[in-house]
Amino acid sequence: MSIRQPYVRSMDGWWKRNAYYIRYMAREITAVFVAAYALVLLDGVVRLGQGEAAFNGWLQALKTPLSLAFHLVVLATFVYHTWSWFSIMPITMPIMFVGGKRVQPGTITGTGLVAAVITCVAVFFVVEGISS
Amino acid sequence: MKRSNEPIVWSLFGAGGMLAALIGPVLVFITGIAVPFALMNPDTMSYTHMLAFSRHWAGKSFAFAVIALFMWHAAHRIAILLHDFGVHAVALVKFGCYGLAFLATVIAGYTLLTLGG
Repeated sequence: MSIRQPYVRSMDGWWKRNAYYIRYMAREITAVFVAAYALVLLDGVVRLGQGEAAFNGWLQALKTPLSLAFHLVVLATFVYHTWSWFSIMPITMPIMFVGGKRVQPGTITGTGLVAAVITCVAVFFVVEGISS
Repeated sequence: MKRSNEPIVWSLFGAGGMLAALIGPVLVFITGIAVPFALMNPDTMSYTHMLAFSRHWAGKSFAFAVIALFMWHAAHRIAILLHDFGVHAVALVKFGCYGLAFLATVIAGYTLLTLGG
């Protein structure tokens, strides 16, 4: 029997210890919702392959209050994903120089966010244009 | 020297994250809220329209890219998250997360291809 009892610091709640860790956790946890949404879409594709009745079942399920609540939560996390993705981009992408000057973090984040708004609005109007 | 698969996994993670950041919010809004609850034409996602969409090479590619890349993006983050929460069975975690992403990729690819077009 071993007498030695090394102290192992508990990992419980480590990420609650400071604001940086909390932001890290919030950003990474969005992945769960990204996966959930991808699986909903995958279900739609699979049912599309099974025929009209199966696909209509999927469409009906989308019209339930539970689905609405789910998608509102997913929408919020996607918006947070967009914001956090471009917030950390100055760190995750290689250092970029334009005209001999290093591109500032704020410029990278800002450009990314503007690009996201433009693509979202563009996708919305393309779909709206085709469908109406 | 054993070559790392990290660059491939990270590229898929990055591509998925970028795609989700650029068009994720509007996709969720359209497919999950606006069309099912008639803020947009409810017929947008009818069987006929979605079948035509998925039979076109561009629609097929788009649907495949969204599903596969979102899954790879999420798999990479969730694998690291599990480690952060103290799950250190690295091989098992990677197998589970990347395995699920791989499975979703194969199912999406196979189904979209068999829809024809």
